[in-house]
Amino acid sequence: MKISGKAIKFGKDIDTDVILPGKYLVLVDPKELAKHAMEGIDPDFPKKAEKGIIIVSGKNFGCGSSREQAPLALKYAGVKCVIAESFARIFFRNSINIGLPVIECEGISNLVNNDDDLTVDLLNGIVQNNSNNQIINGIKLPQFIIEILDDGGLIENLRRRINK
Amino acid sequence: MNITEKILAKSSNKISVKSGEIIDSKVDILMIHDLTGPLAVKAFEKIGVNKVWNNQKVIVVLDHQIPAESITAAELHKTMRKFAKEQTLKIYDVGKGGICHQVLPEKGHVLPGTVILGADSHTCTYGALGAFATGIGSTEAAAVMATGKIWLKVPEAIKLDIHGEFKKLVTPKDLILHIIGKLGADGAIYKSVEFSGPIIEKMSIAGRMTLCNMAVEMGAKNGIIEPDATTRKFLEGRTNQTLDSINKLKSDNDAFYEKIINLNVKDLEPQIAFSPRVDNVKPVSEAKNIEINQAFIGSCTNGRLQDLRLAAKILKGKKVKDSVRTLIIPASQEVYSDALKEGLIETFTEAGALVCGSSCGPCLGGHIGLLAKDEICISTSNRNFIGRMGSKEAKVFLASPATVAASAITGKITNPQEIEA
Ligand code: SF4
Repeated sequence: MKISGKAIKFGKDIDTDVILPGKYLVLVDPKELAKHAMEGIDPDFPKKAEKGIIIVSGKNFGCGSSREQAPLALKYAGVKCVIAESFARIFFRNSINIGLPVIECEGISNLVNNDDDLTVDLLNGIVQNNSNNQIINGIKLPQFIIEILDDGGLIENLRRRINK
Repeated sequence: MNITEKILAKSSNKISVKSGEIIDSKVDILMIHDLTGPLAVKAFEKIGVNKVWNNQKVIVVLDHQIPAESITAAELHKTMRKFAKEQTLKIYDVGKGGICHQVLPEKGHVLPGTVILGADSHTCTYGALGAFATGIGSTEAAAVMATGKIWLKVPEAIKLDIHGEFKKLVTPKDLILHIIGKLGADGAIYKSVEFSGPIIEKMSIAGRMTLCNMAVEMGAKNGIIEPDATTRKFLEGRTNQTLDSINKLKSDNDAFYEKIINLNVKDLEPQIAFSPRVDNVKPVSEAKNIEINQAFIGSCTNGRLQDLRLAAKILKGKKVKDSVRTLIIPASQEVYSDALKEGLIETFTEAGALVCGSSCGPCLGGHIGLLAKDEICISTSNRNFIGRMGSKEAKVFLASPATVAASAITGKITNPQEIEA
């Protein structure tokens, strides 16, 4: 599974209230949620992400609430993958469960600039920065998680397994 | 093994487990609420099974935006009521329960040694009763409803050994804020945080809940405290399960911890988490001349009877400053009713505070007490992120019920020790 796109960078401890403020949790349609993605830090984010981007962030991305609407908003806004130095655990699980690839990659913040062109090889846990030809090793995801992502999320994965 | 490992070994049918190991665990209780529940229901319907794995084990609580603050919220509540009815699940509706993390322990759904998942990040609160409890998202909750199981990575553990005596009007909230300030918002990411030591042994369940509640604010997977006689006393009359195994559920003497941190609280001052970071913690003496517009006492962190008693002690016979809107929200209907019987509600209303019905209230900026641009709130809740309580340009400071009550009186952030109580 390879994913390519331009990088948009954020700092550390980006919390779910920033990714999707609580007042939008009553919205059910993911496309509506997407309009407010990252509103707490960059209201223009949905416009920038539209064509498909990769988020690169510091430590503890997605800390805070368990709201799955946060990764959903990102996914529907056009985020193809999130690479972070580390993730808050619920955000990490939620992203996989809704089919948004995430990869933990120590040191990534220093090796990527905004708008760099990245390719993520999820299976092998490798991020390639095509703009400066750096290769960065991240943490490889276990096979069963790759399968969930391949299926497009936990529900699809479960359906496939239950109906097997 | 430490207590978390013991619980996870049992729940995955193993003799022992080690940190880093991925296990398939059975789930004892799953909680969903009005904001995470509707997505879970939608996802559950897509899986293609008709019934939840065990209707006794899925609990629905309406608490975040109750009573419905909009038609959209009303529709979501309707979805949850319908689902609970179809699946014959226990549902705590408006006026019958309160904040999920208060209701589950109160109603006896949380037992020591069990595995509890909730579609809410503060599910870690239940570790106060010696359960392994952690938050998950909606889709995962749907999968648990279908299977009764979840994969979990056994967390590494940090032990906090806490000694000393609290000074007057210094509380468990000040302790946990201090700890988060020391360890940082990512200081315990993916990890289990075990609280122990003489202070914890003497602490009430309410105080223990405040500690475990905020474990997630340093990224922890769970917070946990060994169950003891205090735990047993709290549970008696709330559950008909036998509580025999409580005494045996302890971390082994040779249990492995990644880190053991010793703390002494004897010099601890009341603490404040400055906006907009939970780990931006300083003693109250460093909060100079911060005028407030709103004071909020409530939430799953500090809306319990003990918290309200403390606030009432400070507010008794006094008036809150004219320029301060003071909101007090008992964490549950039970807490409300006890506070009423003890005369606390009267103390609050006479002081000029507004007491609202049990719900999450302004804690997550859903409704009741949102903040306008440039406004400042001091709050007993657990998060002060940008935009958490309304406007992105508002500020939230976190503190104990004593500090919030004292600040309501003076109109600026105030050390409760300086207010006669
Ligand atoms: S009181 Fe606040 S932190 Fe607790 S469950 Fe409600 S919204 Fe979440």
